[in-house]
Amino acid sequence: MDLSVNIGNLRLKNPVMTASGTFGYGEEYLDFLDVSQLGGMVVKAVTSSNRDGNPYPRMAETPSGMLNSVGLQNKGVHHFVQEIYPRIKDLNTAIVVNVSGSTLEEYVEVAEKINELNNIPAIELNISCPNVKHGGMAFGTNPRIAAEVTASVRKVFRKTLIVKLSPNVTSITEIAKAVEGAGADALSLINTLLGMAIDAESQKPVLSTVTGGLSGPAIKPIALRMVWQTSQCVHVPVIGMGGIMNTTDAIEFLLAGASAVEVGTANFINPAVTTQIIKGIESYMQRHKVNTVKELTGALKIK
Amino acid sequence: MSKVETTRIPEKKLIQDFTVIQNIRLNARHFILELQSPDQLPGLFPGQFVQVLVEHSPSTFLRRPFSIHEVNKENRSIRLLIQIKGHGTETLSHIHILDKLNLIYPLGNFFTTGDCKKVLLAGGGCGVAPLLFLAQELNKKGIRPIILTGWKTKADIFEAEKYQQYGELLITTEDGSEGEKGLVTQHSIFRKEKLDFERIYCCGPDPMMKAIGKISKTHGIDCEVSLENTMACGFGVCLCCVTPTIHGNQRVCTEGPVFNTNEL
Ligand SMILES: Cc1cc2nc3c(=O)[nH]c(=O)nc-3n(C[C@H](O)[C@H](O)[C@H](O)COP(=O)(O)OP(=O)(O)OC[C@H]3O[C@@H](n4cnc5c(N)ncnc54)[C@H](O)[C@@H]3O)c2cc1C
Ligand SMILES: Cc1cc2nc3c(=O)[nH]c(=O)nc-3n(C[C@H](O)[C@H](O)[C@H](O)COP(=O)(O)O)c2cc1C
Ligand code: FES
Repeated sequence: MDLSVNIGNLRLKNPVMTASGTFGYGEEYLDFLDVSQLGGMVVKAVTSSNRDGNPYPRMAETPSGMLNSVGLQNKGVHHFVQEIYPRIKDLNTAIVVNVSGSTLEEYVEVAEKINELNNIPAIELNISCPNVKHGGMAFGTNPRIAAEVTASVRKVFRKTLIVKLSPNVTSITEIAKAVEGAGADALSLINTLLGMAIDAESQKPVLSTVTGGLSGPAIKPIALRMVWQTSQCVHVPVIGMGGIMNTTDAIEFLLAGASAVEVGTANFINPAVTTQIIKGIESYMQRHKVNTVKELTGALKIK
Repeated sequence: MSKVETTRIPEKKLIQDFTVIQNIRLNARHFILELQSPDQLPGLFPGQFVQVLVEHSPSTFLRRPFSIHEVNKENRSIRLLIQIKGHGTETLSHIHILDKLNLIYPLGNFFTTGDCKKVLLAGGGCGVAPLLFLAQELNKKGIRPIILTGWKTKADIFEAEKYQQYGELLITTEDGSEGEKGLVTQHSIFRKEKLDFERIYCCGPDPMMKAIGKISKTHGIDCEVSLENTMACGFGVCLCCVTPTIHGNQRVCTEGPVFNTNEL
């Protein structure tokens, strides 16, 4: 059985990756699973300099999901290169850095520095963070700007460039096509959906930022629809995510057109879920007499 | 100023199915669960917590964090003291003996113990949860603490005999039905000109911890508090639980839950 998939020039041993912001830098999971079994791992957003993120409270549990407004807290690209990279570079899985920023220059600066790191085969350009005042999602909701930032990063980043799309748009396909045209090797979607939670008793918003990003099973139907629409209209591989909690969810994304999947919020509840999903995909393939996982991508049967 | 102890090598975090061996109702809103591990317990320290998976509660999506209330190594069991707040804790209160509960543990740092002899433990409401385990560990090191607990009314008080076993128990009630009338922070021990504790450990509602922190500062006493910020993961990856400190935003689940008030 062949579980490997190709994302641009990047070869993953299996289609299961972890989603940025939910897997730290992988080290935090070493007690729970063998990280080297993963197809890949997307680490927490990296920006050009230190960011403290948004004030607490940053989280609200919602029906079948959660809102977060962490806001790209990280110690900056220099710290990543000097301190974190040496610790994780030999984890023996495809390590993808989630590159974030507030300005076009910031994206380019971070991408340029990550390009120098031998054991980072790909970046995921985060033009879809709903939790920062400037930049973030603003780059991912306008096709012209999305294409511009993709093209600028393309010039300095020579390895696999994945662009992560925002679901907070009227037409996901328009953005997808623009980003593909600007040189993206792959697209990943969806980032969180902009939402909000209110405490009726105190009559206040739960999050310090009032609004935040919704993740978890609550967003899965929307994510599936967007992965399906996007994979129909672009030629580059699509990485699907949004509410994947188990093997069946992951298979659904593959059928909808995803070449690989990322698992996010589910890691909080079951830190070993990703390796369980990998085993689950294998037994699904056995049951359905599928030899290579690639055959599942887009295999949705619509009469 | 002593930094909260982090020198002990952290134990490996485990995901494990525990068996419920006791579910003891204390009063209308509090209960104790005793949970038995299939294996030897790892090293556990007072202040640490567990993340409990709540099944059969449709509205409870994330795990729920609870402090370790008591440890019984021989029996491979731990106790949790839980206050019913919403659906998650309500569901847990109805759990049956021999049901399984999935835990991620041990999580977080712990109170510094062993370097001070004369100490005060102050807790309000459910904040007493980690203090019993702390008092037991202090006893093992030959320290008998003063334990000050605050309650609404006499009928709410539970486990008083237990605390008396491990320290000198002082009580305040808001209506004066037991002990001194008022809040924990209004207890007469704080009215002394010079408090002679070497350290105060505190856990309870935010305003109480702030007030105790202030008192400690005035008297130049080291003070450790245990925070209860809302959490998504509990093991350091989501960055939802942060509190501002002199070192910037820190994760309550990992750098905490115990913080020295000088650092907050
Ligand atoms: C490190 C840590 C240790 C804890 N130890 C204990 C313990 O030993 N015993 C115990 O009873 N509780 C403890 N708690 C609090 C406990 O986790 C919550 O009360 C519980 O998660 C509530 O779940 P629920 O589904 O019943 O209520 P929910 O429906 O989630 O909440 C009910 C109400 O309580 C509020 N709430 C929920 N969690 C928190 C929180 N962490 N801080 C402030 N408000 C909150 C909600 O906003 C809501 O208004 C601890 C929390 C932390 C972070
Ligand atoms: C706490 C939290 C932090 C996140 N941080 C990031 C981030 O830094 N960069 C990013 O591109 N996406 C981030 N995300 C979005 C996830 O990577 C993912 O796109 C989204 O949560 C949907 O997947 P899920 O439902 O499986 O969680 C974050 C999500 C959560 C819940
Ligand atoms: S609860 Fe996730 S980092 Fe603390």
